[in-house]
Formats: sequence, structure tokens, C-alpha cells
Amino acid sequence: MNRKQKHTLFRIILSLSLFVLTLLLPLPGFWRLAAFLLPYFLIGYDVLWRAVRGILHGQVFDENFLMALATVGAFCTGEYAEAVAVMLFYQVGELFQSYAVGRSRQSIAELMDIRPDYANLERGGELIQVDPEEVAVGDTIVIKAGERVPLDGVVLEGHSSINTAALTGESLPRDIAPGDDVVSGCVNENGLIRVQVTKAFGESTVSKILDLVENTSAKKARAENFITRFARIYTPAVVLAALLLALLPPLILREPFGGWIHRALIFLVISCPCALVISVPLSFFGGIGGASRRGILVKGGNYLEALADTEIVVFDKTGTLTRGVFNVTAIHPDTFSEAQLLELAALAESYSDHPVARSLREAYGLPIDRARLGEISEQAGHGVRAQVDGRAVAVGNDKLMESLGVHWHPCHQVGTTVHVAADGVYAGHIVISDELKPQAKKAIPLLRAAGIRKTVMLTGDTREVGEAVAGTLGIDEVHTGLLPADKVQQVEKLLLERSPKGRLAFVGDGINDAPVLARADLGIAMGALGSDAAIEAADIVLMDDNPEKIADAMQISRKTRRIVYQNIVFALGVKAVVLLLGAFGMANMWEAVFADVGVSVIAILNATRALKSGK
Amino acid sequence: MKKQFKLQDLDCANCAAKMEEAIKKIDGVENASVSFLSQKLVIEAQEAQFDAIMKQAVKVCRRIEPDCTILL
Repeated sequence: MNRKQKHTLFRIILSLSLFVLTLLLPLPGFWRLAAFLLPYFLIGYDVLWRAVRGILHGQVFDENFLMALATVGAFCTGEYAEAVAVMLFYQVGELFQSYAVGRSRQSIAELMDIRPDYANLERGGELIQVDPEEVAVGDTIVIKAGERVPLDGVVLEGHSSINTAALTGESLPRDIAPGDDVVSGCVNENGLIRVQVTKAFGESTVSKILDLVENTSAKKARAENFITRFARIYTPAVVLAALLLALLPPLILREPFGGWIHRALIFLVISCPCALVISVPLSFFGGIGGASRRGILVKGGNYLEALADTEIVVFDKTGTLTRGVFNVTAIHPDTFSEAQLLELAALAESYSDHPVARSLREAYGLPIDRARLGEISEQAGHGVRAQVDGRAVAVGNDKLMESLGVHWHPCHQVGTTVHVAADGVYAGHIVISDELKPQAKKAIPLLRAAGIRKTVMLTGDTREVGEAVAGTLGIDEVHTGLLPADKVQQVEKLLLERSPKGRLAFVGDGINDAPVLARADLGIAMGALGSDAAIEAADIVLMDDNPEKIADAMQISRKTRRIVYQNIVFALGVKAVVLLLGAFGMANMWEAVFADVGVSVIAILNATRALKSGK
Repeated sequence: MKKQFKLQDLDCANCAAKMEEAIKKIDGVENASVSFLSQKLVIEAQEAQFDAIMKQAVKVCRRIEPDCTILL
């Protein structure tokens, strides 16, 4: 509890004692009023003051004004005890609210407490502690055991294990050795490591994530917008109804005003939409927080909401369902030796980021002499053409060979076949295969259990490889041999298949699929530790490489939505019932206050459940 | 361009919604959002107009929720 809350609590206790005392004392007429006014002002002075200030500023439908009007009205109609009790109960509710909201704010802040405070910079043989922002790319920093990695970099010296739990939700530490990348935001568990910084703080993973998390509230869910719009009409409508209730029946039925004014005051107490205005955004806030604890970053309430309606999930294959780490499994040269063929391919692919290129270079194993290279051009979805030792070398799939008019022949081995041609003559091919991610097999049944109607895989790879992978995983539909542009077209076709309220999600690793991530209703990128493109393009980012997390994310989004619906129905239901009872004179102020702050507190407590999802 | 401001003592969710509505209506504001939970105000507007807009925003805030201050 903060100071303000403690102060309020003290006031509540004091005025409650005074109030009870007053109830017990048999005071005559005027003294009785005076005795009730004392606890009333003690508990309500701030509300009264804000009400006056609100009127001066033209804020008539302000919650303070309505409470003030209702209680002053109760005093005027002689209901002293009720007036004080309503104000007391209201303040208790407000205190509860601010405490509960404060708690959830805090737990989310703790969740996102990954901002490094300092970096140990090596300068002139000495270690100095500096702000991470002052460290430049290329500087060397030292990270001791137990410290947070302040900036992205490469390990120069030292062995250790790092804990990525704060980023990925994965508690198993990762071993690191010289040459490995370390990501900012992780915690160095045991050894001392020297790290060369590769990214400035502003570009580092930790800044990107914090930026993303801080901006989530800007993208509001439909349910939130609905509540905001509803709140704008609700208060004036109830106040108007209260006014009519106070004036019309007494005039028409020629009854005394007193009883009807009392009913109108009950309306005023219920006229604040607070329960909804706080609890709906709080649920989304909590859902997003709970997801980020599991290493799932959702960029806004609207995406969390859409995830619950997802019925088609489209996967990219490489790097998403498979590890994206290829191994050369066979080399079948036609004209060269095996080593020569591999060397040619590795040299030609030396500038490419494609996973295939990386595996070719890895298999080659020797440092690449870039002086041997001439002009290079990469054709997405086809391959690479390069001048190597003055020879025109083409490395790529059968489509590249066709387009160059090279006579190629297929390979009997399952895997990705990389053809090589030199000076327009077929030189042979290299077979590369990828491994399925261990979690991919479980991911598909989990999605189906979560209510996904259809799973689709899109890949640039060949038919044999694509169908083999889809068959093993149990994916419903597979499209192979696609260029990045074809993937967009396929997604557009699939978009027509969803039901009016259904959503389509595309899951990719952010390499080459930014346009598809953008075109789908929901773009989910995985393996964000390391890929900036993924963080930029996607709506939901899975921090680790685990496709099972998609089902987790759906569960969290469904739970959040359930909580939101419960709160809307509960809050509106109670308010409607009490309004109705109040209009017929069957409800009292106590029930009205319950329908206001009581409901609000219950809705908030319910909303905080969203934060606990995915534990 | 987009700027973010911290809000101090924003204690009422309904006021946050009202503030957001009013700030959106200020001339030159392309988009605005007030988050009661993260206690933040995000305004999108042209760089040149920003100072004038912020002055207006502070005024709006003082009118709707005088207890709350925008930390500039």
C-alpha cells in the first residue's frame, strides 16, 4: 500500500468508528444531523472537493460529482445514516480498486524487469561501470556471474551458462562458449565472460522488447473500444433516467417527491461504468503480461483478441517447423570432384543469409577467399549466380537451372537438392536435409485440440520434402515449390476459406516472409532471439523456437476473452437488475453502492486472473 | 512522429478514457492513446506542431482530471 492508500484506510477506520458511535447514541433532531455530518465530511471531503472542481471545469458526469449529488441528496431527504454509509462504502471500494490495480501494475512491471542498469566496460585495461547507452559497437564488456547481459554481443573469452527465462520463459540455461552470441536481457549464471558488443543499446534485443511491451496498450482490443464507447453513452443515459424518475412520476401520479428522488439517487450511484472501464483493459493487460512470462510477446490487445478467433494456421516450413539448420547429406558431382563441387557452391553462396547457404559454407569448413569472387546476384526462391575464379557459377533449385537452360537431373535422395552449374554446364548437385524441431510433432495436435480447423504448410522446398514433412506432422494441406510472392497468394486464397468471424494466422521465422506476416490476419514470428525482422513484422512474437507455444498463446487469449465476457455480462447484469429494482422502489442505496464499487472490485479481481494465465 | 509521456496520479479509468477522447480532438493530433494501466500517454502528430499540441494536452488534462499531471 502506498502513502495515499494508507491515508485513505486511516480515514475509513476513523469515520467508520465515528459513524457506528453516532448510530448508537440517541441524539435529538439537529444534533443527530451534525453528528452524522462529521464522519461524512471526514470520509468524503475529497470527493466533495473534486465534485465542485469538476463542475467548475464543466465535467458534469464525473464520478465524484455523481457520488456527491447522491449523498447530499440522501441528506436532504433525511436519510443521514444511508448517506454516510454510501460514502464510506464507496471509499472502501475505491481503495480496494486502487490497491488491486496497483498490484497488477507492479507484477507486470516485475515481469518486464529486464532492463540492464549498467555495463562493465573495459577501457585502457580497467573496468568501469557505465550506462549501457554509452557503450559503442566494438567495445568489450565484462559480464560477471549473476549479472544481466546489458547489450547484444559475441563471447570473446570465458565459458558460462546463460538463463533466458526472462525473455523466453524457458528455464533451462543455455551453455555458451567463445564465438557464441549472447542476447541482452539474459542473465549470466556462473562464469565470467568477456563480450564484444555487436549492437548499440538502442538496437539491442532488450530495448526492442521493452519498446514493444511498452507500446502494447496503444493497440486496443475491440472489446475495449466497445466499452469506451458504451461508457460515453451509459452515464448520461442513466443520469437522464434519474432526472425523469425524480420529476415525472410525482407530477403525473401527484405523489410526494421524496420517495421518487430517493429512487433517482440510487440511479446516480450506479451511473459510473467504472467496473467495465477498468476491468476490461486490465484483463487484456494481464493476458499480455501472462503471455510474456511464457516468452510470447503480443503487440496489442487487438491481437490477443484476434488470436482467440483463429481457425486456420499457416506455417512456413524452414526454421518454423524444422530447425532451419541444414546438413549436407550427399554430394553427387557430374564433372568435378566432390570437394571441388562443394567449394564452388560455398564460394557462390558466400554472401547469402539463406539457411541453405549457411550449411554449404559450414560443410566447406575453410575460410572463404572473397578475392576469388566476381559479380554476385541472388534471386529469391531460385538461388545465386556468381562469378567464381572467372567462371559463371549458378547454385540453386531446378527452377534456376530451367531458367538458365541447363540440363539437370533429379536426385533419388530425399532432401533439398541444390544444383550447381558452371559456365552453363551441369556440374552436379548437393543434397541437404533439415531436421524437424522436436516440439513440432506435438504442436499440431495441440493446435487441433485448441480448436484450429485447418493447418497448412507453405514452403519453397520441393514436393517430396514438403510432403514428407507435412505427412510426419499431420498437417492438413501442403503447398510446395513456392516463391515468397506465391506464399502471399496462397495466404490470400486461404483467407477466403475462413468463416466470417474466423481469423487466419501465419507462422514464420521472419526470414523472407515479412510480406506474408503482414498479409495474414495475425502474423506470428518465432525465434525472435536474433531476428530483428521477426520483431518488426509480426503481431505476435515467440521468443524461442518452440512451435508448441502457439497453442499456449491461444489458450491465454481464450482465457482472457472469457474473463472479459464474464466481466461485461456480470457488471452490466448486476447494474441492470439494481436499476430495475431501484426504479420500482425495491432497491436501497446499499445495493446501489454494491452495484457500483462492489461489482467493480469483483470484476477487477476476476481480471487479475488473466495475469496468472500460462503459469 | 510518435511520442510517449508518463502520467502521474492517473487514478480514474473513466477519466483516462475521457482524456484520450479529448486529446484526439486537438487540432493536429493524428492519433492518441491514454493507458490507465501503464499510466502512459502516446501522441502521434507532426513534429512542428508538437509543442503547441502538448500545451493543449496539458490544458485538457487539467480540465478533466486535475490530480493528474503529464510529465513532459
